[in-house]
Amino acid sequence: MSPLQTVPAGSLNAHDARDARETRPSARQRNAAARTARTLRRRRVVNAIMVSLLALSAVIAVIPLVLIVYHLGRSGLSSLNVAFFTQDPKSVGEVGGGMANAILGTLMVVGVGAAIGMPIGIGAGLYVAERRATKLATVVRFLADVLNGLPSIVMGIFAWEFLVRPLGHFSAWAGAVALAAMLVPMVTRTTEEMVRLVPQSLREAALALGYSRSRTALTVVLRTATAGIVTGALVAIARIAGETAPLLFTALGNQFRSTSLNKPIAALPLQIFQYAVSPYEDWHRQAWAGALVLIALVLTISLVARAATQSRVDAGSE
Amino acid sequence: MSGVSLTEQVVREPIPERPTGVGVPGTPGLIDASAFSFWYGKKQALYEITMGIQARSITAFIGPSGCGKSTFLRSINRLNELIPGTRHEGKIFLDDADIYARGTDVVALRQRTGMVFQRWNCFPKSIYENVAFGPRINGETDRAKLDEVVEGALRRAALWDEVKDRLRESAIGLSGGQQQRLCIARALANDPEVLLMDEPCSALDPIATQRIEELLVELKRELTIVIVTHNMQQAARVSDRTAFFFMGRLIEIGNTAELFTSPREAQTEAYITGRFG
Repeated sequence: MSPLQTVPAGSLNAHDARDARETRPSARQRNAAARTARTLRRRRVVNAIMVSLLALSAVIAVIPLVLIVYHLGRSGLSSLNVAFFTQDPKSVGEVGGGMANAILGTLMVVGVGAAIGMPIGIGAGLYVAERRATKLATVVRFLADVLNGLPSIVMGIFAWEFLVRPLGHFSAWAGAVALAAMLVPMVTRTTEEMVRLVPQSLREAALALGYSRSRTALTVVLRTATAGIVTGALVAIARIAGETAPLLFTALGNQFRSTSLNKPIAALPLQIFQYAVSPYEDWHRQAWAGALVLIALVLTISLVARAATQSRVDAGSE
Repeated sequence: MSGVSLTEQVVREPIPERPTGVGVPGTPGLIDASAFSFWYGKKQALYEITMGIQARSITAFIGPSGCGKSTFLRSINRLNELIPGTRHEGKIFLDDADIYARGTDVVALRQRTGMVFQRWNCFPKSIYENVAFGPRINGETDRAKLDEVVEGALRRAALWDEVKDRLRESAIGLSGGQQQRLCIARALANDPEVLLMDEPCSALDPIATQRIEELLVELKRELTIVIVTHNMQQAARVSDRTAFFFMGRLIEIGNTAELFTSPREAQTEAYITGRFG
């Protein structure tokens, strides 16, 4: 017998017999329950359909990524060898060599770009969030949105105009500045979002202890939002690591290994582009491998970002 | 008994044996817990809670923070399941239905067990839409009937006179006490048999608190009220029975007057006289 089914008269327990009228659901309560019960079947079906549709959307959303990884793995994996990571490109026509110079170049340009862009972006985001009502904050927020939507090649033009032309030569510096210019608005916006999530009560607690606004922002607020900011910054760095356009006429690219920030430098995206449009079979092979390395690099950064968030969340809950 | 099945399934099996309420032997309640334990991940929050909650009465849960009273309250409408990694053992019966039985529809369960939270959580909609929210999703489509339900619920929550001229205005403009009564009205509009209240007055001023307490005494004529409270005076004022929780265990449950004047357990006495907690 189902729970809540009509109970045969004989099985009424003492409680029901004694106090039956008072403890039974009223007519209105029974009606409401019955009304709900009538709708349940349909609602379960609708629920199942909607959940399936959402699951389907989730699957479709990752299909491009799966296809890219599959294709890169098939074409690039066979060309990956130790030489690819340790050797610089051989001269045209010679088979073999690697992209060590481009890997090093990417790490340098992205590293310097992040070192320039992150403090500015985080500082700007903190200001915009903590002083959200000021004119400057409104203007900066709007301009950051505009910059975020700007084609990345425009950032390259900016760096070319202000660094390459006055100095008279292409350089790693110019590439790093172009990437930093892309990074700043992204980091500004994510920092702002994260800082806004910090409860007002926490700020008030610090202010009530005699902390100044800036000190509150830098210690309490920033500390609380760190996990989110780090994640956002790393995701932004992963994005600029794959950029080609801003580097085209700033870092330029280089067939040789260079560690000078004042000289043109190779970068993975540039090298991939150059090799992919070349007429040489061996270079095509290496372009695939380069793309695979680039995607692995971006994936690593993302994983580090996740791990960073995770460990901070764990530490925070203790 | 109610003619409506919680599960919509006719399972031919004997009515499960119901535990008897602790404290008043032989008195079955509308809600019965039988050796109910609960875990958040590895941490055990409840240890074999066995108690009966009598129908059409007010039962107060008291105890220090983290003692498991809210966890137990949220086990009655299975809201704890939203937290990943939780599990339970033992049983809770609502009427004669094992609410954790397979095939139990939580939607139907939650329609029958309304809940009011510590911090009022009105939707950013109009006052009318807040109250109509439950009946609308639970199958009430008739406009006129819906109006009736909304008015009835607002009247029962003693809010009608204050809001009848501004039903289309946003609920967020109401005062804290009004918003909390709106949340009660929203729960009542579903015509639940049970009202679960998780510290409903802890963020309200004394006057708003008094209004809600009067309301509860009024409401227990039609439904079963379970209220978690940190305020022992409140428990003493409004409840018929009081349950004292400590460190995940039910230490004692009994008639409120008895529990507060002559507690059987030393821990209960220590708590209600303010020696710890």
